[in-house]
Amino acid sequence: MNYRYLPMTTEDKQEMLSFLGLSSEEELFADIPEAIRFQGSLQIPTALSEPETVRHFTKLARQNVDSSEYAYFLGAGIYDHYIPSTVNHVISRSEFYTAYTPYQPEISQGELQAIFEFQTMICELTGMEVANSSMYDGPTALAEAANLAVGGVAGKNVIVSKAVHPEAREILGVNAKAQGYEVIEIGCKGGVTDLEALEQAVNEQTAAVMVQYPNFFGAVEDLASLEKIAHQHKSLFVVSANPLALGVLQPPGAYNADIVVGEAQPFGIPMQLGGPSCGYFAVKEKLMRKIPGRIVGQTVDQEGRRGFVLTLQAREQHIRREKATSNICSNQALNALAASVAMTALGKRGVQEMARLNVQKTQYALRELAKLDNCQLVYHSPVFNEFVLKVPKSVGEVNRELLRKKIVGGYDLGRDYPELANHMLLAVTEARTKEEIDALVQGLGEIGRAN
Amino acid sequence: MSKVVKGWLYSREHEWVEVLSETRVRVGITDFAQNQLGDLVFVELPQVGAEVVANQSMGSVESVKAVSDLFSPVSGKVVEVNSELEDSPEVINSDAYSGGWMIVVEISNPDELSELLSAEQYADFALEG
Amino acid sequence: MQTNKEKELIFEMSKPGRVAYSLPESDVPEVELDAVFPAQYLRKQPAELPEVSELDLMRHYTGLSNRNHGIDSGFYPLGSCTMKYNPKINEDVVRYPGFAKIHPYQAEETMQGALRVLYDLQAELSEITGMDAVSLQPAAGAQGEWAALMMIRAYHESRGEKRTKVIVPDTAHGTNPASAAVAGLETVTISSDEQGNVNLEELRKVVGADTAALMLTNPSTLGLFEESIQEIAEIVHEAGGLLYYDGANANAIMGIARPGDMGFDVVHLNLHKTFTGPHGGGGPGAGPIGCKKELVPFLPRPQVVKEGDTYRLDYDIPQSIGRVKAFYGNFGILLRSFVYIRANGPEGLLRVSQEAVLNANYMMRKLAPYYDLPYDRICKHEFVLSGRKQKKLGVRTLDIAKRLLDFGYHPPTIYFPLIVDECMMIEPTETESKETLDQFIDAMIAIAKEVEENPTIVQEAPHTTIVSRLDEVTAARKPVLRYRKPAEENAVRKAEGSQANEGALV
Repeated sequence: MNYRYLPMTTEDKQEMLSFLGLSSEEELFADIPEAIRFQGSLQIPTALSEPETVRHFTKLARQNVDSSEYAYFLGAGIYDHYIPSTVNHVISRSEFYTAYTPYQPEISQGELQAIFEFQTMICELTGMEVANSSMYDGPTALAEAANLAVGGVAGKNVIVSKAVHPEAREILGVNAKAQGYEVIEIGCKGGVTDLEALEQAVNEQTAAVMVQYPNFFGAVEDLASLEKIAHQHKSLFVVSANPLALGVLQPPGAYNADIVVGEAQPFGIPMQLGGPSCGYFAVKEKLMRKIPGRIVGQTVDQEGRRGFVLTLQAREQHIRREKATSNICSNQALNALAASVAMTALGKRGVQEMARLNVQKTQYALRELAKLDNCQLVYHSPVFNEFVLKVPKSVGEVNRELLRKKIVGGYDLGRDYPELANHMLLAVTEARTKEEIDALVQGLGEIGRAN
Repeated sequence: MSKVVKGWLYSREHEWVEVLSETRVRVGITDFAQNQLGDLVFVELPQVGAEVVANQSMGSVESVKAVSDLFSPVSGKVVEVNSELEDSPEVINSDAYSGGWMIVVEISNPDELSELLSAEQYADFALEG
Repeated sequence: MQTNKEKELIFEMSKPGRVAYSLPESDVPEVELDAVFPAQYLRKQPAELPEVSELDLMRHYTGLSNRNHGIDSGFYPLGSCTMKYNPKINEDVVRYPGFAKIHPYQAEETMQGALRVLYDLQAELSEITGMDAVSLQPAAGAQGEWAALMMIRAYHESRGEKRTKVIVPDTAHGTNPASAAVAGLETVTISSDEQGNVNLEELRKVVGADTAALMLTNPSTLGLFEESIQEIAEIVHEAGGLLYYDGANANAIMGIARPGDMGFDVVHLNLHKTFTGPHGGGGPGAGPIGCKKELVPFLPRPQVVKEGDTYRLDYDIPQSIGRVKAFYGNFGILLRSFVYIRANGPEGLLRVSQEAVLNANYMMRKLAPYYDLPYDRICKHEFVLSGRKQKKLGVRTLDIAKRLLDFGYHPPTIYFPLIVDECMMIEPTETESKETLDQFIDAMIAIAKEVEENPTIVQEAPHTTIVSRLDEVTAARKPVLRYRKPAEENAVRKAEGSQANEGALV
């Protein structure tokens, strides 16, 4: 077996051992007690050569249905979008992907500037003043926002709408349990957050009111009314927003949101089974010194040239240690770069155009589906690119039938919302053609008829 | 050799206490402390009206690579806060005992002052550390 | 090709009308936006994103990449980060449509290939670490630490015990105490002895009925193996606590020793270190956790299981700590690591560790005459030096690091661990040839000489990089965290100015 990543030759080894005055490298492990030395060989498969690797993994990959052959109407937090071809070329440059965190700024100006640009673009889209260099994903960013709002003060609660992604709420719950604060969930009415229920629930101990925009059901929430309720009670107004939707919708910053988080996956990041993706975290300036994660700032060098550095590091775990309020170390740098490239490629016009296409395709699907008598559109609030459809059989069965037509159907809402059994969450992005949408409608229309 | 102001009191956490009257003291960090911390970039102080407790954290000072808790040397109520430090924390570096003052406290327990070090005691303490 | 000129921001290159994208015309009947949304929902001011041509875009990012240093650019001896070569076949495989273009919620029958990757990786990492089960969900080492601590908490709670203290050595990585804090636990720090090992006396004093766990890296962050690890395990277990393994240094011991056999109950691995997940400029990473069977009930959900020939996602874990990250973890990184493990097999991984350790010891002994060696013993895959000698001549480790930039190297880790004065932590890894090591050694020796003969050149380094030392103080005092058009910048400054006059306090 050739090991192309191991350059040490027998000659090298001899020279080095001889310099060290050792006869075998075994002596370098003499300080490991015999009783805990691993005996024998690790029980893992033997090495594959490169052609065998290609063959093996090509086969494995082919066992998966993917969007190069199927029309995906599945969203629920991860979406099939157009990714400009330039994205992959940029993130494949090894100066970017093999680099470490830019702690030595003089040789990392490329990465630092790319992140500075990412931070700027997120601020522009969300209407906020400060953004960090990214978080693991949207849901963990939401949890960190809650942690920030509570600020380690005992007795606080956060309120989250049930129209926020179920996984995000689950992660929030795990975090809240760890930190010892309460999470109160508010129900929905007509597929949007129930404003009355929210009014009732907010109290002086509420550190944050958290909603999603568009929400998990695809609907555009009434941020103006929600903000009023949150701020009336001096809670922070936290919005988890799809950044692509902000190409056509008023950004949460315009509604006086205090913290905006979300998933940048729609920009330049493939679906990849849901990870890695790219969370973002944006705030008003007054919260700047409290935000988690890495931040890049602009400065000058000794000759007065503009340069970039990681800044406000005193917030971070490597300095705060046990006093840290967040333990986040890495960001999603390479994915933030991918998102930046996509946002640059699309640019001011393209983001608007792409967002508009999502709306157009979705509206077309809605109109066509409304003609079916075996399915029902149950909510009527304006939607961006997702909506809820009641189907005649279980979502699993419906999807199995659609699969035969090379269509990947929507998310089974019954998994998380018992009252929505047999309801499917369908996403229609700009990547869907009229033919595909027509095939979906026809496919759904046939369900329950053949027998 | 860092400066120490004679006649003032000092804590083991490197704060100075200037007794203004029977009921009021002014507090800051010593020249030794600012030197250890390096260029300060941010100071977090309690608000006017806040209660502080002796030997408990009342805020923090940040340099580029470090953050340090500020421990109140006395208990009482904060009646004044040096707002200049918000924009110019570097004043602490250049002028720790005057322009770099942090808070004025209306003290609740004058006995606490006797737990503090004199200028000479502090000078020895800082040298040892 | 580097240039000393400033580099434009993408926004400064923008010109209205230019585009770098291509979307098809809509093939569905058009609907006016204001017929879909109430007018007040519609965006009034578009986001000021760049407007550039595709060529300008590529030039910009190519230019940025030229101002960056990756492993493929040059040697990167960052201690604790394991900057080993990132195999290109990994990059190819993750881009196969069957891996890149799959959705986490598509039916399990339609993702059997992906689930198999996860299932096999779970098993292989269990084998490598000597654990009984693995969760691939955590997105990074720090998140793995936190998840593992949550499991430890749940374990103790399930036995009706309230244990809130986590013991960490003073050499611990900052994420250890930070993760403990965020998991709602208190940290107790114990010191290391002159051999760089955990102080057993102190440990005995500090363990008790409130000990949840001891978090340990082994080899330690000093690159030294904890020879008394079995005794440490006994002490902690006797007190009823658990032993947590920070896997940042797993590169030193693969196939040689396993945390599971040392007495550890739960581990995390950094796949972006030992297992060649690319560092990406700071992420993404992956931080799977492994545990012994006592802790299996508390693993994050879901787990990937196999039933007959079918792979499934198992959510039925009643005592699970819950979810720590959306979906199933960073699949793209997990897959790369999986390909790497397949490329090595058991013999390859063993050689990886053996050669990483040999390289480190070789470098250490070569440099010992020139730099202070705080721990004069065999190291593992990394070692620490102290710049104490040089400090006496007025040159600090920071200066030495900056001078290395002039020689074309990324400096080693500096000022960590905290217990070594003027610390430098060097980790060559096994993917570097002896010639590279020798050249770096020569550079370090040359700098040591400069410190004695011409210290200014070191103190004022770097001299040849595209920017000289940057003003980090002003960057932290007066943060500028985004680009603003000059006119906008003035407007913002004006607004801030009037606010200040109103005496607004934070």
